[in-house]
Amino acid sequence: MKETSQKPKLAVWKFASCDGCQLSLLNCEDELLAVADVIEIANFPEASREVIPGPYELSLVEGSITTPHDKARIQEVRRQSKFLVTIGACATAGGIQALRNFKDVNAFIDIVYAHPDYISSLATSSAIADHVPVDFELPGCPVNKQQLLEVIIAFLHDRKPNIPHHSVCIECKQRDTVCLAVTQDIPCLGPVTRAGCGAICPAFNRGCYGCFGPMETPNTESLADELRDKGMITEDLLRLFRTYNADSPAFKMESERHE
Amino acid sequence: MSEGAKTKIIKVDYLARVEGEGGLYLKIHDGKLEDVQLKIFEPPRFFEGFLRGRKYSEASDITARICGICPAAYQMSAVHAMENAFEVSVDGPLRELRRLLYCGEWISSHTLHVYMLHAPDFLGYESAVHMAKDHQADVERGLQLKKIGGEIMSFIGGREIHPVNVRVGGFYKVPTKREMQGFRATIERARDAALETVNWVSTFDFPEFEQDYTFVSMQHPDEYPMNEGRIVSNRGLNITAANYDDHFEEIHVKRSNALHCVMKEGGQSYHVGPLARYALNFDRFPAHIQDVAKQAGLGKVERNPFRSIIVRSIEVLYACEEVLRIIDDYQEPEQPFVKITPKAATGYAATEAPRGILYHRYKMDEKGDILDANIIPPTSQNQKMIEDDLWKFVPQYLNQPDETLRWHAEQAIRNYDPCISCATHFLKLDVERS
Repeated sequence: MKETSQKPKLAVWKFASCDGCQLSLLNCEDELLAVADVIEIANFPEASREVIPGPYELSLVEGSITTPHDKARIQEVRRQSKFLVTIGACATAGGIQALRNFKDVNAFIDIVYAHPDYISSLATSSAIADHVPVDFELPGCPVNKQQLLEVIIAFLHDRKPNIPHHSVCIECKQRDTVCLAVTQDIPCLGPVTRAGCGAICPAFNRGCYGCFGPMETPNTESLADELRDKGMITEDLLRLFRTYNADSPAFKMESERHE
Repeated sequence: MSEGAKTKIIKVDYLARVEGEGGLYLKIHDGKLEDVQLKIFEPPRFFEGFLRGRKYSEASDITARICGICPAAYQMSAVHAMENAFEVSVDGPLRELRRLLYCGEWISSHTLHVYMLHAPDFLGYESAVHMAKDHQADVERGLQLKKIGGEIMSFIGGREIHPVNVRVGGFYKVPTKREMQGFRATIERARDAALETVNWVSTFDFPEFEQDYTFVSMQHPDEYPMNEGRIVSNRGLNITAANYDDHFEEIHVKRSNALHCVMKEGGQSYHVGPLARYALNFDRFPAHIQDVAKQAGLGKVERNPFRSIIVRSIEVLYACEEVLRIIDDYQEPEQPFVKITPKAATGYAATEAPRGILYHRYKMDEKGDILDANIIPPTSQNQKMIEDDLWKFVPQYLNQPDETLRWHAEQAIRNYDPCISCATHFLKLDVERS
């Protein structure tokens, strides 16, 4: 076993999020102790009270930027990190809390609150890459834990992570799921959504709802037109593209076509 | 300034081994504890704000994103609130499958807390990874047990974090009887590991500390509560979820981005979670589980919050046995879900998340679009209780070194398995413009 000081140091940082993506690391039950053997888990508050100071070889960042304090904090995280990887839809695309970006903020303020002066919040929820350079973005709400392990291993070996950019449709074919859109007319975002989940929803007889965000060069307009032809109303088209990756450019542009 | 010299501040800037971002502030003056503040600085995400205008059918997936550790609890409270609004009841195998999903979440969430977040406090380690160096077999048992909890969630829900198979009225797809049976051997292993867990944690040293808590939990006539029941207390409260707002209220305090909950009558704090469920439902356990609890040193009511780690372990054991029962009794339902017809209505539900009562209320228009939503998670209900515990527990350690004092205070907070991500989802927005 390597000496503690020689192991590369890993840090896990949390911003506005549900904790699910960093939990994915603790959900690697079969691999966790082996990972801890070759990597120093140096700063991971959800798992350990011990904090070993930076700089860190690899920082995993969960969550989006929503407060003035976090806007400053991400700069400090970047300074301390050789590689910075965002994990999940919040860090990569602003997350579900980016729905506030589409509202007139006055609509929220109108809701009378006991002491709004106690709260400090920005008008938007934004992706980490809007604030600092990011070395790799891992999509998903939540991330796939096998993909998370692949990213950690790849960065520690100085190679590019092997993460596919194609659509969920390919994963349905790989697992022999019959196409729900073609055979049952179930609305499905699979053709425009990035693979990675393993095409779980269609396997459960449910249309993909896009929680891994847009694939590379998605044709959202064509899909939306087809859904409309099959009877989906404008309000539902808007909501379909405006969920966990609402602020990702491709889904954002498509949802705005239905406003 | 002799007076200033006598004042000592103990701070934990960033609480570790809890879910989410919080800190602790203790002020000691002249050897006396003067202030206790559990600070929550997790940024608010305003779920109740953006739920407005979404469809009734979207609430379960959206609110799951409040918490990656107990997403099924959010899905369960959401679908039950919608079914309450639209006057639909989901019974038989579909009801059992929901209980199965909840059992999976209790097993995975509780085991995460018992082994990875709380046990290191008792055994003197910074983390479970540190602990594994001396207690490898125990940590590996915990990881495998937690893994099976996750596998149950993936089996019925599609994945362990933010399951995809839950919908208002039931599920998108239900398992076959054969698929259920195929799972049995794994669950038997989990049950054995759960029993070993109870035995292991019952050997820990527990600080002498008890409080005369007001316990609040759900109660069901026939079963240990998860998805259904009335909300009861050990002081005579007995209400339905629809009356929750009449009896509990939230107070906004400056030090916290989460609201503090108190009982309206008397304004006092109350305790939700495993200790409350256990105290109010002990007789719903099968006799042999009651025996295991007795052998582990528990009474019918447990008032020492440090021993909640034993109670969680008992609940994990019970959940494993429930999964076995559900597998054995399972008959495939004719339809995976009950059809829903939306209408203008308000729906209420509470279910037992691993950390305690999770209350949802939704008001819908005639199309089923959400007009108003209110969500009260267990950690905001326990937040004032945690501070009350610290007020009474910390003074005995005031003469000890700061690090010892800090360790004990953190351990007392972790008794509640606080989920700060949950507690902070709901504040309304105040905007700083740049």
